Amino acid sequence: MFDDIRAEARKLLRRPAIWTLLAVALTLSLIFTYIVPYAGYAGGTSGPTADRGLAAMLPDQLVGNAIGGLPVFLGALMLILGVLTVGSEYAWGTWKTVLTQDPSRVRVYAAKLVVALLAALAGVLAVFAAGAAASALIASGESAPLDWPAAGDVLVGIGAGWLIAAMWTVLGALLAVALRGVALPVGLGLVWLLAVQSLLSLIAAPLLDWVAQVQKGLPGPNAGSLVAALGGGTDTPGVEAVVGGGQATLVIAAYVIAFAALGGATLRRRDIL
Amino acid sequence: MTNPVVTQRLTKRYGSLTAVDALDLEVRAGEVYGFLGPNGAGKTTTLRMLLGLIKPTSGEVRLFGVPPGRPGHLARVGSLVEGPAFYPYLSGSDNLKAMARHARVGAGRIALVLDQVDLTGRARDRYASYSLGMKQRLGVAAALLKDPRLVVLDEPTNGLDPAGMADMRLLVRRLGAAGCTVLLSSHLMTEVQELCDRVGVISRGRLVAESTVAELRGDRTLRIVADPLEAAAGTARDLIGADAVSVRDGGLDLNVAPGRAPEINAALVRAGIAVHELTARERSLEQAFFDLTAPDPASTPPPPLTGLKTEQNYV
Ligand SMILES: Nc1ncnc2c1ncn2[C@@H]1O[C@H](COP(=O)(O)OP(=O)(O)O)[C@@H](O)[C@H]1O
Ligand SMILES: [Mg+2]
Repeated sequence: MFDDIRAEARKLLRRPAIWTLLAVALTLSLIFTYIVPYAGYAGGTSGPTADRGLAAMLPDQLVGNAIGGLPVFLGALMLILGVLTVGSEYAWGTWKTVLTQDPSRVRVYAAKLVVALLAALAGVLAVFAAGAAASALIASGESAPLDWPAAGDVLVGIGAGWLIAAMWTVLGALLAVALRGVALPVGLGLVWLLAVQSLLSLIAAPLLDWVAQVQKGLPGPNAGSLVAALGGGTDTPGVEAVVGGGQATLVIAAYVIAFAALGGATLRRRDIL
Repeated sequence: MTNPVVTQRLTKRYGSLTAVDALDLEVRAGEVYGFLGPNGAGKTTTLRMLLGLIKPTSGEVRLFGVPPGRPGHLARVGSLVEGPAFYPYLSGSDNLKAMARHARVGAGRIALVLDQVDLTGRARDRYASYSLGMKQRLGVAAALLKDPRLVVLDEPTNGLDPAGMADMRLLVRRLGAAGCTVLLSSHLMTEVQELCDRVGVISRGRLVAESTVAELRGDRTLRIVADPLEAAAGTARDLIGADAVSVRDGGLDLNVAPGRAPEINAALVRAGIAVHELTARERSLEQAFFDLTAPDPASTPPPPLTGLKTEQNYV
């Protein structure tokens, strides 16, 4: 197993696409959490987030800001990470080369998930670090107080962020196995995350009560609820307290386990061409 | 000792198509076994089942006595099935490093196998930049990582230029000489004839013949040119049965042991027929192959261009 993890780590770390994902994740979170709001604040424009103004960008808001993107856009990037890790073996036909070296399918799959989840953690940590740097810069530029959140809160935030990231990553891996490739899983995953989720919560749930009830069990709303419970601004897309933080944590953890088990079982059963 | 490869009534069906049909295959230790069949015959499907990549619809597979899915099933088995496949962004040697980890083989093997396939000079280049021949050789290198006792090669010369083909055949010969068991699939009779000790011929999923190359070439026939030909054909039919006589190219082909030539000659002469030519002919391996794999005229329409269909399935 350890050897398989090292093999997977080599494949992931050497892959340019993975570093592109990380760069996109950092750029997007800085732009939408700090640069655009700060530009708006500095220019005195009124907008949907303007009333929170400077306060929302200061270091004490780090946790909510850092994990605020995970229900939607950072989540989408995490899903792509999961799809790439597993789906490329189909796209390049490399499953046969790997599996005829004699590792068990489930072991390779587990190794892939371990490596992808470590990469997801690294991504979450990088977003925290970039957010900390940006907020410190803004605070000192505006002579605002440099109040950092308690270390415990930061740790809980990182843990929650990782959990949400893990759910999307493992979902990406599952889609890759189910659809045996990269393109379709990425496409369908993004349609779900970026379009269907917001249609459900913005249009369907207010109209139909049963949709509102179903929402409480879906991945996205639970991720949004966990972020909201940890101080994420509810003006961020996808962040909304549909259920409590504790329940959201349990539901997300259950999804991680279920997606992982389902993907492993499917890979084990199916023919590899 | 258990045989490297044993299958029992191995069958794979895709919907109504039976790709492999109750195949009993046995490859013995140390031999180079040719798995010969036209495109679409079921060679790749069989090899995939051997390696546990796809599950048989029914029947059994054992490699060195171990069935697929059990630990150690491929412990000392190397393979290259349906072309090489690697990570395009990694170099040849980084690809092998990753595969060696999966195989739990020390990194020391990598330089060795690269050398064996003559790829050391380009090992640091990205796989994506390799020519087809180099990709194929890297595929063989990966197959050799485990220092295998059995190597399964699926049409390893496909798409190679003549020099590449010669290299690949030399490699197979060396493996065989080193005592490694080789299972080599091919649709080229000459290749099998040149490299293999024993041959199994597969046609439409069935093993239609299995023997040494010499035996497969097998049946000898008598060729007779005589005048009048019709009378000669009649006499021959009376003597050896109508099934064994065919008229072709202004002569007769008799499917009969050459030892009966004097007897047949005497009968023709007694019937007042002038015998111009009477020769024993050995069937070429090529003819044997066509005879064995030609669609049975009795069975309803033979699948046309199955080979093409196969290619498209895996693009
Ligand atoms: N995954 C698949 N789905 C449907 N048919 C298949 C599949 N794989 C192979 N076949 C069919 O099985 C037959 C045997 O194919 P194959 O084993 O690739 O032949 P060969 O390797 O001898 O050229 C062909 O008719 C092919 O079209
Ligand atoms: Mg084939």
